[in-house]
Amino acid sequence: MPFIPHTTEDTAAMLGAIGARTIEDLFDEIPPALRVDGLPGVPVGLSEAAVTRLMRERAARNRATLCFLGAGAYEHHIPAAVWEIATRGEFYSAYTPYQAEASQGTLQLIYEYQSMLAGLTGLEVSNASLYDGATAFAEACLMAVRGARQARARRIAVPRYMNPVWLKVARALVAGQDIELVELAAAAGRTDLDALATLDGQDFAAVCIPYPNFLGGFEPVDELTNWAHARGMLVIAACNPTALALLKPPGEWGEKGADIACGEGQPLGIPLSSGGPYFGFLTCRKALVRQMPGRLVGGTLDVDGRPGFTLTLQAREQHIRRSKATSNICTNQGLMVTAATIYLSLLGSEGLRRVAAQCHANTLELVRALASVGGITAPSAPFFHEAVLTLPRPVAPVLQQLAAAGILGGYDLSADFPELGSALLVCATELRTAEDIAAYRRALAGVLGVAVAA
Amino acid sequence: MREPLIFDQGRPGRRAPSQAPAVAAATDDLPAALLRRTPPPLPEVSELQVVRHFTRLSQLNFSIDTHFYPLGSCTMKYNPRAANKLAMLPGFLDRHPLEPEAHAQGFLECLFDLQEMLKAATGMSGVSLTPMAGAQGEFAGVAMIRAYHQSRGDTARDQIIVPDAAHGTNPATATMCGCDVVEIPTGPDGDVDLAALRQVVGPRTAGIMLTNPSTLGVFERRIAEIAEVVHGAGGLLYYDGANLNAILGRTLPAAMGFDVVHINLHKTFSTPHGGGGPGAGIVAVNDRLEPFLPIPIVGRRDGAGGHEYRWLAEAERPRSIGRLSGFMGNAGILLRAYVYMRLLGAEGMRRVSGYATLNANYLMKRLAAAGFTPAFPQRRASHEFIISLKDVTRDTGVSAMDFAKALLDKGFHAPTTYFPMLVPECLLIEPTESEARQELDAFAQALIEIRDLAFKDAAEVKSAPRTMPVRRLDDVRAAKQLDLTWQSRADSPAVSPR
Amino acid sequence: MSSVPKQLQYTEEHEWVRREDDGTVVIGITDHAQQQLGELVYVELPEVGRTLKPGDAMAVVESTKAASDVYAPLAGAVRAVNPALTAEPELVNTDPYGAGWLVRLQAADSQLSGLLDASAYTALLDAAD
Repeated sequence: MPFIPHTTEDTAAMLGAIGARTIEDLFDEIPPALRVDGLPGVPVGLSEAAVTRLMRERAARNRATLCFLGAGAYEHHIPAAVWEIATRGEFYSAYTPYQAEASQGTLQLIYEYQSMLAGLTGLEVSNASLYDGATAFAEACLMAVRGARQARARRIAVPRYMNPVWLKVARALVAGQDIELVELAAAAGRTDLDALATLDGQDFAAVCIPYPNFLGGFEPVDELTNWAHARGMLVIAACNPTALALLKPPGEWGEKGADIACGEGQPLGIPLSSGGPYFGFLTCRKALVRQMPGRLVGGTLDVDGRPGFTLTLQAREQHIRRSKATSNICTNQGLMVTAATIYLSLLGSEGLRRVAAQCHANTLELVRALASVGGITAPSAPFFHEAVLTLPRPVAPVLQQLAAAGILGGYDLSADFPELGSALLVCATELRTAEDIAAYRRALAGVLGVAVAA
Repeated sequence: MREPLIFDQGRPGRRAPSQAPAVAAATDDLPAALLRRTPPPLPEVSELQVVRHFTRLSQLNFSIDTHFYPLGSCTMKYNPRAANKLAMLPGFLDRHPLEPEAHAQGFLECLFDLQEMLKAATGMSGVSLTPMAGAQGEFAGVAMIRAYHQSRGDTARDQIIVPDAAHGTNPATATMCGCDVVEIPTGPDGDVDLAALRQVVGPRTAGIMLTNPSTLGVFERRIAEIAEVVHGAGGLLYYDGANLNAILGRTLPAAMGFDVVHINLHKTFSTPHGGGGPGAGIVAVNDRLEPFLPIPIVGRRDGAGGHEYRWLAEAERPRSIGRLSGFMGNAGILLRAYVYMRLLGAEGMRRVSGYATLNANYLMKRLAAAGFTPAFPQRRASHEFIISLKDVTRDTGVSAMDFAKALLDKGFHAPTTYFPMLVPECLLIEPTESEARQELDAFAQALIEIRDLAFKDAAEVKSAPRTMPVRRLDDVRAAKQLDLTWQSRADSPAVSPR
Repeated sequence: MSSVPKQLQYTEEHEWVRREDDGTVVIGITDHAQQQLGELVYVELPEVGRTLKPGDAMAVVESTKAASDVYAPLAGAVRAVNPALTAEPELVNTDPYGAGWLVRLQAADSQLSGLLDASAYTALLDAAD
């Protein structure tokens, strides 16, 4: 009986104390017509040894590849200490820190996390995290609508080169509240500032600016921020956290800075892990703190005047405010935040800046190497750690052949953004070496049937 | 015992050099206006300092691995280590979510099998694993209910009925989906007030959200009548699976008449709570809601070399309510639940509900015999039960909160307090199946001792806890003098110099 | 026991209403309401100039354990809100009928209808006990 400690004597004594004959008797309030006596369709239980064998066999069927694919999830070095400590039972098997006195470890860690994310984004307040980047973006949109000065504005302006899946998620999550996401026109891989004039006279709660955008390049963040603020809109930044070690934080954009920042926390010590769990971060200016969804940890004093930490502003949340809560969210991604806080502590600002700079340098090198294969066009504008290459033929079959050769060549942009032609989004994080890049170049040349020098 | 903030432990220039590139690569091709001028305020510490700091922080926590944690409605059962270890095998962990399906057959097969087992455990015909928490499962469920009505041109249905004892996420979800919330009362026996339900159903009823057994720790006996009333009015039934642990393998949400279910895998299927997440809130539905399931879903077809697993997304599922996550939900949590379910098997699952219910009824009987007041003494407990301390509070001034804090000093995590709000001064106690009788006896003894002390020296109980890293904290100060981030200035409120 | 001043009028949602000589009405929450909530940590007030219908949620009073809407007891336009509550929300606890007032309205109707007098409100509180 896995994980049930009862001896036969225990069970008999307990049933005796209850006044029941069998465990079956304890279900006598379930109407007989509704009862089942088993779960056909669930296989028989296995020993830990047998399940270990099964899972090892299945894990081994997932083929290992050399990864030049990003598009929202990035392969970075994760220090061994991160998950050694994050999976300690005291973090792993603790609940939400509602009993503050018995949860100071989790609470202090979240406070430290909040401080780090607020600092990275250049804003004053961070929550304790949300599910992932896509849902953090959706919650940022909802928050902006609640916090908007134009009380009736229920539209958010979004650049064309926003992560297309995030847009789908946000649309699914805000649909019930009649909020509309409106696409801004683009030219040359970024928002077309000249086209903004066509929006004059329309009400928007906010503009959301991806940083870098989905193509790896840079939106005109200062101009867009000033444009939005001049029209009474809020500014949401959707940022890559690694990039923030290198790039001007959203809190310093334009004249007044962005109001809200959100993003995918996966690059901060979270394994790719087939898609999750990751975590979403959300930070804002202090004036918007009461519009913020999710948990917040604050410092305070105990009855003896000693400092300590507790969940605060809980009256905004669903367990108190019920149908009027800022969101239905209950969880944060506590374990992921534990890992990210350890990761950021180990890297420090200089370490994270070096990771960011190395990602950038490696991607520059990758672009240079691949563009030297005949018929491939490299981008002309600056980028962070992803860039768009234009291939001389459709991307999908090229990626298939590269995959067969053990290389994840990147993300095919042609379905989401047909105007870009045969466009391939490539990425080289700090983990890619000169040999990796050379291997990609050779394989790509082979697929395209171009002879290149080794 | 206090642990300084990591920020206060640093020295300028100190680093963990083996964790970052040895040299700083050039970035001079980037526009100067885009570069950061001041570094972010991250700690400057050594690797040993980091390891020591976070290890020490962990030791300030109560957890299942260290303490009995009978937190009602949270199912704090043992989280098997095998689930963690096997979900973190490199073949799963190092896989990019957008890798070609052909490279991911082992991972996809696990998810497909998990979908099938969850169908069996609920009696439903379709499953989507993407919701990342119970609240997201609820969102998916209500959104599917709305999509179903709208697909039939039945567009006036915008009300969700919720019992007054429901989790706060239920009404919050209904609002998020653009519905109005209609609350119905609970009768004195703990079952939903059927007459009140009959009065509120009608042409605006989209559906009802129910937890069964309810948050009051009893099984809703007239569930079949409730289903008849709601279906008769054209509404659908949503099953909040928070308490599925109590009925696993005993009855099925489908048999009770529900149309859609969410299951908190971090409760019934033992994935870690992780200090507040990540969870997983998978949804299961019957045929009428199946087309609307959130995407992606794992499909299977027969290929040349046997089964082939693949994602079913926009192209195959055009009526879906859409995507709820950037990739595939909390994939690693799904794998942990899969390992746990394979360890249990069908028979083990039935034992889970059996022994969880045995433990709850035993503890309730013990406490009742010791003079505590169960909220529903005439009822069987489900996997959890409520005692009300109203009488003790009246006689001594010692409240449920005081009991909770005194339990911490005795080495037990507190039960859920003040929820459900219907029962005054309540403790909602859920022992789970993984605790031994001796642990339950010790917990009952601790409650008895606290009550005895309350009558002798109430002030002593009210001064608890005394053995924790901090004593009771000033919540009012925390909310009024907001201190949410470390400031490098020495004058920041809670971070006094040490 | 909570205090229920004779000269004020009340709602079933535990708001009080006082008619001023200039034709405006002042609204707050009752002593009973503040006791139920516990020490307030935040009060959200409407924008001056906003037009309210009876029953509109016009303010939120928040303690660490609860947050409650305060509903407009009658129609009117917001003329002023209590500026002291931003820094000292606890004034609602210490002086609910005086320094802890919430909103001053220009009432749309000259008659205040549908409100309870002090004895009716006291009876309501007694019945709930």
